[in-house]
Amino acid sequence: MNHVDLPLWVTIPGTLLLVFGGLLVLIGSAGLVKLEHFYARMHPPTMGTTLGTGCVLITSMLVSSALEQRPVIHEILITVFVVMSAPVSAMLLMRAAVYREHRKRPEPTQPLDDIGGTIPPRD
Amino acid sequence: MKPTPGRWPIALTCVLVVMWLLLNQTLALGHLLIGIVLAVLLAWATRYLRPLQPRISRPWLFVPLLFMVLADIVRSNIGVARIVLGLVGERKVRSGFVRIPLDMRDPHALAVLAGIVTSTPGTVWVGVDEGGKRLTLHVLDLRDESEWVRWIKQRYERLLMRIFE
Repeated sequence: MNHVDLPLWVTIPGTLLLVFGGLLVLIGSAGLVKLEHFYARMHPPTMGTTLGTGCVLITSMLVSSALEQRPVIHEILITVFVVMSAPVSAMLLMRAAVYREHRKRPEPTQPLDDIGGTIPPRD
Repeated sequence: MKPTPGRWPIALTCVLVVMWLLLNQTLALGHLLIGIVLAVLLAWATRYLRPLQPRISRPWLFVPLLFMVLADIVRSNIGVARIVLGLVGERKVRSGFVRIPLDMRDPHALAVLAGIVTSTPGTVWVGVDEGGKRLTLHVLDLRDESEWVRWIKQRYERLLMRIFE
């Protein structure tokens, strides 16, 4: 096995960022279990897709650049694709939940916009 | 009806070339040429798919927008983490929907706002009503509704309107 020595200025921030990113994903998943309602549960996993992924990608850029002795920045593309695709799935889930909520109501013709100010009780 | 092509999407062409070079991690002339040919072909194809082109009047304002979004993402990550870990004291966290009247009509600006809002933990975009006059958001930690209205309108809507209109 090849043993590669990375300089300290890479390993220390890299490790910190990986641990921090991992913690964010963990807390986000814990929130998914802990929170009560679907709407509230939509929020915590976003932590993993934004700052969590960001930390891992910055580490990847740092470590790859140090290993290859040249700037490696194509991880930026991952950020771009995540930023473009993650909100779409979140919005689809949200709208599906709102439509389902309306179907359960006695007056199903209510417009999507007309939802109550507080989250409906859990069934 | 045959769709009429819009004007040439210059920005899309440039973005595709840059993307090709980033993917191949090179600045070699050969890859640059392949990238340009591909980008021109794809941009030509999409002209018929999406005739509506964004009009970006102040592109340099994307730079402050980017830093604002990054700062908000970091801040709201901390906020949501505190709620999940129960570090908000005795306060009961109440979540709910917020309705925000919008002055912004440009569909591209609305799309950017939707991306920003949904990428920020603690807020999810639900939708805009017919005509795009009123935006509905779901907010995890809803303390003061008017505070959210102010946050969206003053922080983002004004800047996006200056970029796109």
